[in-house]
Amino acid sequence: MATSISLRNPNVSLGTTFPIARFASPRSSIVTLRMPGESMACPPPLATTAPSAAVETVPIGERPDRFGRFGRFGGKYVPETLMYALSELETAFETLSKDQEFQRELDGILRDYVGRETPLYFAERLTEHYRRADGTGPHLYLKREDLNHTGAHKINNAVGQALLAKRLGKKRIIAETGAGQHGVATATVCARFGLECIIYMGAQDMERQALNVFRMRLLGAEVRAVHSGTKTLKDATSEAIRDWVTNVETTHYILGSVAGPHPYPMMVREFHTIIGKETRRQAAEKWGRAPDVLVACVGGGSNAMGLFNEFVNDKEVRLIGVEAAGHGIESGKHAATLTMGEVGVLHGAMSYLLQDDDGQIVEPHSISAGLDYPGVGPEHSYLKDIGRAEYYSVTDVEALDAFKQLSRLEGIIPALETSHALAYLEKLCPTLPDGTKVVLNCSGRGDKDVQTAIKHLQL
Amino acid sequence: MAFTLNSAFYGLPPKRVSMPPSLIRFKSSTTARHSLKVAQTRSISETFSKLKEQGKVALIPFISAGDPNLATTSKALKVLDSCGSDLIELGMPYSDPILDGPVIQAACVRALAKGTNFDSVISMLREVVPELSCPIALFTYYNPILKRGVERFMTIVRGVGIHGLVVPDVPFEETEILKSEAARHGIELVQLTTPTTPTERMKAIADASEGFIYLVSSVGVTGARASVSERVQSLLQEIKKTTSKPVSVGFGISKPEHVQQIAEWGADGVIVGSALVRLLGESTSPEEGLKELEKFFKSLKAALP
Repeated sequence: MATSISLRNPNVSLGTTFPIARFASPRSSIVTLRMPGESMACPPPLATTAPSAAVETVPIGERPDRFGRFGRFGGKYVPETLMYALSELETAFETLSKDQEFQRELDGILRDYVGRETPLYFAERLTEHYRRADGTGPHLYLKREDLNHTGAHKINNAVGQALLAKRLGKKRIIAETGAGQHGVATATVCARFGLECIIYMGAQDMERQALNVFRMRLLGAEVRAVHSGTKTLKDATSEAIRDWVTNVETTHYILGSVAGPHPYPMMVREFHTIIGKETRRQAAEKWGRAPDVLVACVGGGSNAMGLFNEFVNDKEVRLIGVEAAGHGIESGKHAATLTMGEVGVLHGAMSYLLQDDDGQIVEPHSISAGLDYPGVGPEHSYLKDIGRAEYYSVTDVEALDAFKQLSRLEGIIPALETSHALAYLEKLCPTLPDGTKVVLNCSGRGDKDVQTAIKHLQL
Repeated sequence: MAFTLNSAFYGLPPKRVSMPPSLIRFKSSTTARHSLKVAQTRSISETFSKLKEQGKVALIPFISAGDPNLATTSKALKVLDSCGSDLIELGMPYSDPILDGPVIQAACVRALAKGTNFDSVISMLREVVPELSCPIALFTYYNPILKRGVERFMTIVRGVGIHGLVVPDVPFEETEILKSEAARHGIELVQLTTPTTPTERMKAIADASEGFIYLVSSVGVTGARASVSERVQSLLQEIKKTTSKPVSVGFGISKPEHVQQIAEWGADGVIVGSALVRLLGESTSPEEGLKELEKFFKSLKAALP
C-alpha cells in the first residue's frame, strides 16, 4: 500500500506570488500547482479532469514573447553592431522552421549522421538500487543522448545551426566551448558541411579537457585559447561575442546553449526539443502515458530545455534541473546559479547569474567544465520564477559518486555533467511513490572525463 | 598642479540660473553640498551647442578608471581637462567587457585586480569632478547598473556630477528604463549606431540618443586601428541627413591624422580611447604615463582647427 508521499512541487507554498509574463499570449496554457499537504497515492494518468477549486493556477506566458523575453528574462543585451545579425537570424529561423525541405534535410541528418532517435532505456539495476525495503520505488529510465554521434546532446543544435548558417550564406563559424563537447560538435558539423571553424576555449578548460581539444583540431577546427578573465567558459563566450562583433558580416556564431541574446535561447531549445518529442512517443509506447518526473543537469540549460520543453504545458509532469554545487553552495566555489544567483545581464540575456557585490561576474567552480558557467538560460530563470520547474544542486563529490555508480550498475560511463543529475536521484527517489516513471536525460558519455576522474577516484 | 580653465568658463553667467530644473531637485545633503560646484559644468548637449557656435569639433578622450590606479585616473582627468578636452568618457572596469578589445580588457583586469570598484570610482569622482571644467560621461556595461538598481545608480552618479552615460550592451529597444531614469536625473543617455545598423534603425537611434550620437567607426570592438575606414564618411553624411544632433565618431582612432580626417568629414566630435588607455596603463610608471598622455593628447588637439 503506497504511503502518502506527495509528488507536489516543494517550491510552491501558500501565498507565493508568481510574476506573470509581461506579454501573456491568449494561447498560453495553465499549469496547475498542487497545494502543500495534497498527497498523491500514485502517479496520476495524464488526465483531463478539471482542477479543484483549492488549487492555484499560474498561466505560462509566451516562451518567448516577440521581444525575446520569458517573463522578465531574456532579451537582447548586446552591442548595437550585432543587432542586425540577430534579427536576420530570427527571421531565417522562423522561415526555415516552416520550410518542409529544410526540416526534411535536418531530419535526414539527425537520423543518418547523428544516429537519432536515441533510446529510452529502462535502467534496471539503477531502479533496483533505489527500490525500498518494502519493494516499492520509482522506475528509472535514461534518455540516451550519450549515444549521439560525438557523445552528447550538443550535436542536435550544432547540426541545426550549421544548416541555418549555410542558408544564410555564412562560411565562417565560431563557437565557444566549456567541456569541449559543444566545440567538438561544432567542429564535427563544420567538417561535415565544409565550413571554416574557430572555437574559443578557456585556457584552463583546455587543460582539463585535452582529449576534446585534440579532437577539435583533428576535425579541422582552430582552437583559440582564451587567457583573459578566469580563462573558463564565461571568458570564452565573451571572446566569441567579440569575434562575432568584429566579423558579423561573414560569420555565424553557433552558441552552444539556451543562453545568450534572443533568438538563441529559443532557437537552441527548438533544435534540442526533439529529445522531449521522442521521449513522449517512447514513453507512450513503453508504459502508455507521459513520464511523471524529468531530471536533467543544468549548466547553460540546453539538454534540460530539450527534454522539458515538450512537457512544460503538461501540468502533471514534474521538471527537475540539477546544477553544480562544486565544493558546496556555502563555500562560494560552485556554479549553482539558480540557487545562489541574482538577476542580471550576461552575454546578452537577462537571467540569474553569479555575481559579486560590485556587479562583476564571478568565476564559478565545478568539477565538470560543462556546468562551470556563472549564468543560466533565461527560460530556466523563468520556469523557476513561476514555479513550473524545480532546481537543486549537487556537489563535485556527489557527482563523482554517481559517475562511478552508473558505471558499476549499468555499464554506462556518464559525463560528469550528467552525473550531477544522476546524483540527485539519491535525494529524489526516496520521496517518489511506487511506480513513478522518471526519465533522466543522460546528456553525454564520460570518456572525456576519465583524466579528471583519475585524479579524484581511487579504484 | 596648475591648470588653465577653458576660457569659455569665465564668460558665462552664473550657472545655477541656466541649469535644467532637474539639477535643483537634489534630495540628499551630500549632493546639495556639491550642487554649487556640480552646476559649473555644462551638460553634454550644451557643450556641443557651444562648440558648434564656435565652429569647433569636440575632442573626447576615453580612459579606464583604476588603471594603473585611481589616483592616477584622477590626475589624468585633470590633465585631459586642462589640455582642452571638451568632454571626457570614463570607463568603469568590468569583468566581461564584450565590446572592448585587448587594450581596454587588460586595463579592466588591472583595475579590478587592484580592487577598483564602483564605490571607489565614485569617491574619486566626488573629489575631482568639482575641479574639472568639462563634463564627464560614464561608460559602463549594464550589469553593474542593474546590481545597484537603475534609479539608485543614476542618483549616485548624478550626485558626483556626471552628465552622461554610455551603456554599450543595451541596444535601443532595451533602453526604456535606462532612458527614463537618466532623464529624471538630468543625465543624458548617449546611444550608439554602427556600420551594420540599417538606415531606418539608425534614424530611430539618432532620435533617441541624448547628448550626442555615438557613431562606431568600424565593425568590431574597441582598439587602435591603422586607418579609419572610408565608410565613416558616408555614414556621417547619412546620419546628418536625418538629424541635426551632434555626431561623434569613436573606435580605432589613434593618431592625429585620424582626428583630422574625421573632423574634415564633418563629425562634431572625435573620441579617442585605447590609444590613451595604453599610454596610461602600460607605461613604466604612473608619472611617465601621465606625461605621455599629456604629450599625445596635445598632438591630437593640435590636429583640430
